[in-house]
Amino acid sequence: MILKLALRNVWRNKRRTFITIGAVAFAVFLSSFMRSFQKGAWDNVIDNSVNLFFGYAQIHSEGYWDDQTIDNSMIYSEELKNVSSNIEKVKGQAPRMESFALASAGDLTQGVMVIGIDPEKEHHLTGIKDKIIAGNYLDKQGTIIASGIAKKLKLSVGDTLILISQGYHGANAAGKFAIEGIFKYALPDLNKRLVYLPLAAAQDFYAAEGRITTLALKIDNSSDVPDAISGLKQNLDLIKYEVLDYKELIPELVQARQVDEAGGLITLGILYTLIAFTIFGTILMMTKERSYEFGVLTAIGMERWKLFLVIFTETTIVALMGALVGILMAVPLVYYLHLNPVDLSAMGEEVTAVYEKFGMEPVIPSAFSPLIFLRQAWVIFLVTCVLGLYPLFKILKLQPVKAMRS
Amino acid sequence: MSIIKIESVHKTYNPEKIPVHALRGVDLSIEKGEFTAIVGPSGSGKTTLLNIIGGLDRPSQGKITINNKDISTLSDNDMIKFRKDNIGFVFQAYNLIPVLTARENVEFVMVLQNKSQKERDHRANELLEVVGLADKKDNRPSELSGGQQQRVAVARALASKPAFVLADEPTANLDSASTASLLDMMANLNKEEGMTFVFSTHDQRVIDRARRVVTLVDGKIESDETR
Repeated sequence: MILKLALRNVWRNKRRTFITIGAVAFAVFLSSFMRSFQKGAWDNVIDNSVNLFFGYAQIHSEGYWDDQTIDNSMIYSEELKNVSSNIEKVKGQAPRMESFALASAGDLTQGVMVIGIDPEKEHHLTGIKDKIIAGNYLDKQGTIIASGIAKKLKLSVGDTLILISQGYHGANAAGKFAIEGIFKYALPDLNKRLVYLPLAAAQDFYAAEGRITTLALKIDNSSDVPDAISGLKQNLDLIKYEVLDYKELIPELVQARQVDEAGGLITLGILYTLIAFTIFGTILMMTKERSYEFGVLTAIGMERWKLFLVIFTETTIVALMGALVGILMAVPLVYYLHLNPVDLSAMGEEVTAVYEKFGMEPVIPSAFSPLIFLRQAWVIFLVTCVLGLYPLFKILKLQPVKAMRS
Repeated sequence: MSIIKIESVHKTYNPEKIPVHALRGVDLSIEKGEFTAIVGPSGSGKTTLLNIIGGLDRPSQGKITINNKDISTLSDNDMIKFRKDNIGFVFQAYNLIPVLTARENVEFVMVLQNKSQKERDHRANELLEVVGLADKKDNRPSELSGGQQQRVAVARALASKPAFVLADEPTANLDSASTASLLDMMANLNKEEGMTFVFSTHDQRVIDRARRVVTLVDGKIESDETR
């Protein structure tokens, strides 16, 4: 009976109901769209960084990330090789030996980051093979270098690169490597300092046979990371190893996202306040208009909590219908922009250049996540619950005789 | 046996500012099966008395006993439950829930009483038959005339099988034909089913049909005439 009464009351004043639904729907549409767009943009930035180099998670020897020296490297043991074999969310792994060296060609020198990689596995993780702009991708010998280094040291494919560094436990490291290929990262910082060697060659160079500094993990998307990390931590001896997710690997980016999203939340807060006023207006009119009826209902024996439940159900139905309409309006647009990201290159070469500078495509995709839409409905429900305190207060104070006199 | 017993009831509004004495020591006893009209000029206290009998208002002083239960001591929530099971109400107008049909309005109190669907259907149909509106059971109040609405209100008041029905100026907004028809119906219910009716009214047509007329003047019973 309560539901029947509430449903019929909703359509009692159709115009007011439609106006309320419309206002809630518009705000939900706007907030869903805004959140999807913001999340999509940031997911894109994070994905770019993660897929370009870091991976969504990495395993190191315990303490390596705080003190990144080759002495904190670890044995690339069978345990590590098999660590992700039974974890569904981890799609692959790329072992790396990372350290610094002085690169030299003729009388020119440059500080570089030398990374020993398994060529196939690294390509599977970062797509590095597609960045080659001259020569070939890495095989079992030689080296590939970033175009920035090639330019600085005036090197080209077929030339020899000399590397000098300090190896594992202070051993001298020196070697010369034939340049097999030159790759280009749009990110200037990486483009000036990356040198890739085959893993075995890097281990030999650093006198660190069988050792790696980093095991980067291939995970398809950020939502799979918590499960993957949890599985890895169960499989590993955490006294010997550390497992870090992308948030710990690129904290500056994650923090920038948090700051930007906090700004978005303030805008959402304003939108929700507008929704709250709209719903409150409806509740206020409904409560005032039906004072006589409330008096009759309590007079004939309707308990106050049941009366409150009718009003609350009415308000919730209207608010959630508004949320549903708003979501239905937002879903097609958000989904379209998810499949067809906004192409910023149409805004001119300058915009394109800025994006390329950071190694990203000049596009902003929209995130399509059911959670974004569900959160809107949830927030609307919470707002309604809070506003429902007003009729509750009125009904608790209701005196049938006074109400019927009004 | 008295089903309503009122002893030395006083009601004063605004006791601490400008006191208005609506009732000044009313004693009244109403027996089962009575058809009683409480009459008097405007401001005599008849609606106040009816509200106090119905537990919609509380006396400033005095005692109200319904079916041997002192209702003056009941809490607000207990009073609501008491009203639901013991008292039927018919108000002046706008009595019915506008979004429910005539049958659903009659059923409403029974839903509050948690009666089964079968029992509700049976009693609602029976009562609508009694008030002559079986053919209007699916109509909403806005589709019924004022007189028909009051008949549905009477049917609703009877649905919970109350001890008595209180009607506050039930004919105030009705034309002569509707008033006569409503009074005939209530008189029949009183005669055939022994239902107790207590009206507050200043409508001579109602007063003429009442078997007992209690006249209030300035918050006191001036006369109590049984015909």
